[in-house]
Amino acid sequence: MDKNTVYLGKVKKGKDVIVLYIIAYAFTGLLALICLVPFLMVLSGSFSSEAAITANGFSLLPQDFSLEAYRTVFKEPMVVVRAYATTIILTAAGTGIGLLVQTMTAYVLSRKDFEWRNDFSFFFYFTTLFSGGLVPTFILYTQTLNLQDSYFALLLPLVFSVYNLLVMKSYITAIPDSLVESARIDGCGEIRTLFQIVFPLIKPALATVGLFIALAYWNDWYNAMLYIKSDTKYPLQYFLYQQVNNIETYKKLISSNAISGAVVSSMSLPTQTLKMALTIVVTGPIILAFPFVQKYFVQGITIGAVKG
Amino acid sequence: MRGKSGLKGFLKKLHKYRVYLLMLAPAVIYTLIFAYYPMTGIVMAFKKYNYAGGIWGSPWNGFENFKFFFKSGQAGMVTRNTVLYNIAFILLGTFTQVAVAVFLTEIHGKKFRKISQSMMFLPYFISWVIVGVMAFNIFSSDYGFLNRIITSLGGEKIAFYTTPKAWPFILIFFNIWKGVGYGSVMYLAAIMGIDTSIYEAAEIDGANVFQRITKVTVPMIMPTMIILLLMSVGGIFKGNFDLFYNLVGNNGLLYNYTDVIDTLAMRALISSNDFGMSAAIGLFQSVLCLLTVTIVNKLVSMYDREYALF
Repeated sequence: MDKNTVYLGKVKKGKDVIVLYIIAYAFTGLLALICLVPFLMVLSGSFSSEAAITANGFSLLPQDFSLEAYRTVFKEPMVVVRAYATTIILTAAGTGIGLLVQTMTAYVLSRKDFEWRNDFSFFFYFTTLFSGGLVPTFILYTQTLNLQDSYFALLLPLVFSVYNLLVMKSYITAIPDSLVESARIDGCGEIRTLFQIVFPLIKPALATVGLFIALAYWNDWYNAMLYIKSDTKYPLQYFLYQQVNNIETYKKLISSNAISGAVVSSMSLPTQTLKMALTIVVTGPIILAFPFVQKYFVQGITIGAVKG
Repeated sequence: MRGKSGLKGFLKKLHKYRVYLLMLAPAVIYTLIFAYYPMTGIVMAFKKYNYAGGIWGSPWNGFENFKFFFKSGQAGMVTRNTVLYNIAFILLGTFTQVAVAVFLTEIHGKKFRKISQSMMFLPYFISWVIVGVMAFNIFSSDYGFLNRIITSLGGEKIAFYTTPKAWPFILIFFNIWKGVGYGSVMYLAAIMGIDTSIYEAAEIDGANVFQRITKVTVPMIMPTMIILLLMSVGGIFKGNFDLFYNLVGNNGLLYNYTDVIDTLAMRALISSNDFGMSAAIGLFQSVLCLLTVTIVNKLVSMYDREYALF
């Protein structure tokens, strides 16, 4: 073997390649681990016993393995189930309506025979440059529209976004005009063209934009914080926010409603591990869905980066 | 709207485009109600708001709301914090994302690349509420992982939640942590778009791998970098409310180092119910944002007309 070259696989590689490999693998590997570790620590905290956490603090691996925290969460499962149901219904409705509105709008804005398309594009685009801000929007929802404590205050804010519109538009613009034109010549109306010609052609776009909208609904806690007052209407993330930040109240709720019948003192329930278990119960599904949806997000981001 | 021959042409087009306009209607009505109508609410910044009078019936009070905001010294502090945090987020974030993208393309182990990319993408999917829990898990004074390490090494526990100076590091860490997967995907796309013949030419010219990165890859993705950088500079007066509110919350001890325009405006609205001042802060921010976006757009169009936003 030559002094300055090492054989890696079939190709002759210089020392520089080896050095780069080491740096590249170390850097990305380490960063990837750092990205994962907080998840592992919440997970291990949720499977630890309260006594061990109180004594030693959180760690990478479960200490004194225990299901106590999860048992506590599921003592009163209905509060979690209700928050889940709220979020699932909101996400489904919002994604459906949002996709329909965004696709229709993007379709019209991409039609070259529509002379006003640039005027309307600017009409939408301008709202990303200037906004009324927090207070006027707050007053609009709570007083003008009287949506305080209404599910509509959670549905409406996220149903339409200019960013998603732009992503959708760049997908639709990529459809060859001839396809739409020939449908037109065959006597196909605008609405039928959209649903029967365009929709099937932009299935990947529908998946990508749909998932962006869905993720926004799933992770929304902000609108609930502003507009929702009754704890029975909390969506999942705000439910988590409330319970973690008022854990004693949550414990009282659990102990007073315990199905078991036996009177439990809220003092005997775990605190720190309960926070972690609740976080895992709330996060679990999205982590499980992650491998299946990741590629659609990558697609959407790539398109957004090119056309943004 | 440009009609061909005045009103008659306009009406004719209105008829011609009736289906298009019908399809646009939901989005247009939505945008009018939820984006344009609130813009008129900026008058609140100049009013002494009372519930009975609402936006239009409340009495005017000139620049009182602004005076209070600026005189209390909060304006300077939150603006400084917002801008400094954003500069750190933009510079360190971009550096990390570009480094990840460059290294990922150099790594030939497919499995390693795929798995590490997925791991880095994971934080993008969770809500900031969950990030708040994770921060507590690591930095909590009594139970935090970091204090566990510090004490096991013989050190004294640090009360992070009462130590303002620690928070710039914590906040910057989590901001980069959450965005690295998302951001690197954009740069990966840019690198994938580089013509491979340039690499072949560089190799023939005897460039080593480091020269290949610094002389080919980085210059080739420079346009993407500059555009993305400039676009984030456009939002330099916008604080990441989700981050600050979930990690710091209403912990007044830390405000000097952690309060940004958005969190102050929210507290003025929610905690002190001072609608007028909150609106004034909001307007101050909106105007600054519009100004920076306009300037940045000018710069972008000077750099490359193609990428200008408007």
